[in-house]
This record gives sequence, C-alpha cells and structure tokens, in this order.
Amino acid sequence: MDFIDARGLSCPQPVLMAKKALAKKEPSYTILVDTKAAKENVSRFAAHSGYEITAQATDNEYFTLSLTKK
Amino acid sequence: MNKKNISLTSLVKTSGCAAKLGPGILHSVLSTLPKFHDQRLLVGFDTSDDACVYQVNDATVAIQTVDFFPPMVDDPYRFGQIAAANALSDVYAMGGTPATAMNLVCFPSCLDIEILKEILEGGYSKVGEAGAVIAGGHTIADPTPKYGLCVTGFAHPEEILTNANAKTGDLLILTKPLGIGILNTAAKAGLLSENQAELTASVMATLNKYAKEACRGLRVHSCTDVTGFSLTGHSYEMADGSRKTIELFTGQVPILPEALEFASMGIIPEGMYNNLDYLEDKFTCKNPIPQNLQDVLLDPQTSGGLLLSMPETDAKEFLKRMEIHTPYASIIGQVTEPKEKPLVFL
Repeated sequence: MDFIDARGLSCPQPVLMAKKALAKKEPSYTILVDTKAAKENVSRFAAHSGYEITAQATDNEYFTLSLTKK
Repeated sequence: MNKKNISLTSLVKTSGCAAKLGPGILHSVLSTLPKFHDQRLLVGFDTSDDACVYQVNDATVAIQTVDFFPPMVDDPYRFGQIAAANALSDVYAMGGTPATAMNLVCFPSCLDIEILKEILEGGYSKVGEAGAVIAGGHTIADPTPKYGLCVTGFAHPEEILTNANAKTGDLLILTKPLGIGILNTAAKAGLLSENQAELTASVMATLNKYAKEACRGLRVHSCTDVTGFSLTGHSYEMADGSRKTIELFTGQVPILPEALEFASMGIIPEGMYNNLDYLEDKFTCKNPIPQNLQDVLLDPQTSGGLLLSMPETDAKEFLKRMEIHTPYASIIGQVTEPKEKPLVFL
C-alpha cells in the first residue's frame, strides 16, 4: 500500500502526485487531501484509473481517500 | 534573469479569471460601503452586468470596464493578447465599441524587461485590432506579473445590451467553445500538447468584436460574455435577471478538444467546484448528463465568448454571419417562461 500526503497543495498538484503514484499500479493507496476540489479531482482520477474510492473527513480539516483496485 | 528560462505561469499561484477574489468575500465588504447615486449611471454596481454604462447625452453613453489578471500562458505576447481581449470583451458584451484603453501592469523588478515589452506588444496588437487607442497606463513593481486594461467605449443608448432582458422563444447562442479553464489547468500540469495549448490560447485571444459586429441590425434581447462564472453561471444570471427559464441543449455546446477527457481525469480548476457550490440548486437535468460534461458546463472561462439571446430568425442570420470568423458559434439553448428552476440541462 502506498501513502500520499497531498495536503496544502493546490490543483492540479494533488492529481499529479496521484498520477505518478498510481503508475506503480499498487492494489491500494491512501491519499490525504485538504480541499474539496483536490478530493473530487483525485477521486475522479482514481475512478478513471480503475480504483474504488472511499472518502473519510477528519475534523473538517482533511480527507482520507482509500483507493482499492477493482 | 534570462528570458528564455522563464515560464510566466511558474511565477503565479492562480492564473487568469481563477485569480479573482471569491464573490462571497467581496460582497461582504462591498455591501458595507456607501452607495453612490447618479441617474446618469444607467448600469452600475448592483446588477451583475459586465461594465458600467453612463449617459453622456441623449445620443451617447460611455461604457467603462477594468480587468487584469496573472498569466495563464507562458508566452508573454500571447498573455498580453489574452488579457487585452478579455478586458475589451466587457465593452462588446454591453453592445459598445471600445475607444480608449489604459494599461494596468504589475511586473517583477528582477525579470527581464524584454518580457514586459512583449506582454505590452501583445496587448497593443489587440487594442489596435479593436480599433481603440492606448491612452496611458500605470505600472507597479510586484513579484507576481499581472496585466490588463481599463477600457472606455461608447454606444448609442439604444445599442446597450444588458444580460437581463431575454424573451420567451429566444434562442441562445455561444460564440466560443468551452473547456478553457480545464485546458489551462492541464497546461499547468504539463499535460497539454503544444498544438492544443496554442489552440486554447488562440481562442482566448480572439476578440468578441466580430461577434458583436455580426449583431448589426439584428434583434439581440440579451448579451453577456462567458467568463469565470462559467456558461451555467452566466446563463443563470441571464435567466434570473430576465425572470425566465433557460434550457441548455447540452449536446450542442461547443467544447474544445480533450476538455472532456481531462475533466474525467480530475484535471479541473478549483473554480469549477466553487461554481458548482453556488449553482447546484439553480439547475435541473431533464435526463442525467455525464459528469465530465457537467464539469465543462461549470468550467470557469478566461476570455470566453459572447452568450446572446435572440429571436430564431435573427439567431440563424447571426450564425451565417459568424461562419467566416469561427467554426464554434452554435445555438445552445432556448428561453422559456419561468419554470421550477431558472436552468434546465436538456
């Protein structure tokens, strides 16, 4: 499992980090983001790359995205 | 610093219309300030129109607007052209002809001054094409480069086009393709091919002059230019201001190549999500539409096209006149009596 912390970054940086990591084709990833736009954009990229996504919000501060290869 | 090693967009955090302060924050300040009144001010602050209109005499109104932003392309000349086309557009959207333009410049003192020269040359090329004159300007040393214009134009009072007078039965025309915000984001991510970047830049740099001139003698009930608030946002303002409903033919909307693909990959500017937050209760979809198409309809545009509301026969004549200028101008919707929501995606 790969872990990516994309908090504090503005779009399109979080997607680019996810893109680079997902190229390794790991079965699962955990990605932290802290804006709604980053959460949506990374989720879209992950779905586009064949992953299922669950998102969990922590203290209204950041989101933890869990990606699992379908 | 060597000019060749500088990419303009690397100097900025947000670019183009995405750099605007959010409307909510701005409103919280503006609403506390005193209001000025002058009956000669025909269009002012309180409507969300494109420029102010001031009655000079019975036959003449002055139209004023100001617009500037940080670069969204790396080529200084192109950036100058886009910033100028964007600033001039507000005068066209009001039905006027630009007369004078003043440069607004922020430029890093450490950067090669040749870059500033190219930005201004780009701006001058568009002001010249508009038939206006550069009449002055103001330049500030600032770490983030920015460029734009303050433009004054004139029109006969009867030529003024507002964004709030659409009539039932009108067709809606959009004169430039959507997807500019998404493709600028893709460029920032380094994912855009050179050809695609050049196509996007050329669309942004195109003056809305030709669309405005193609209206001559035709009945135009409403007009605005599509910018950061997206096609959906500007259509909403037109529908709401006109107390009508606008039905958008989502399958007919012109879209730049690859914009839908990048949207489905999540290469989407933050402004799209801000637009969605503000607008999601303003529209309804008759049938479900693909998410990436909805993204494009809410994508903030930089120097977008004109959105015109006109009767069917005029709309068809307008499209015929636009054929020599652009392949993109299309009928994208219609105006109906008010329904449950101001916007319907068909």
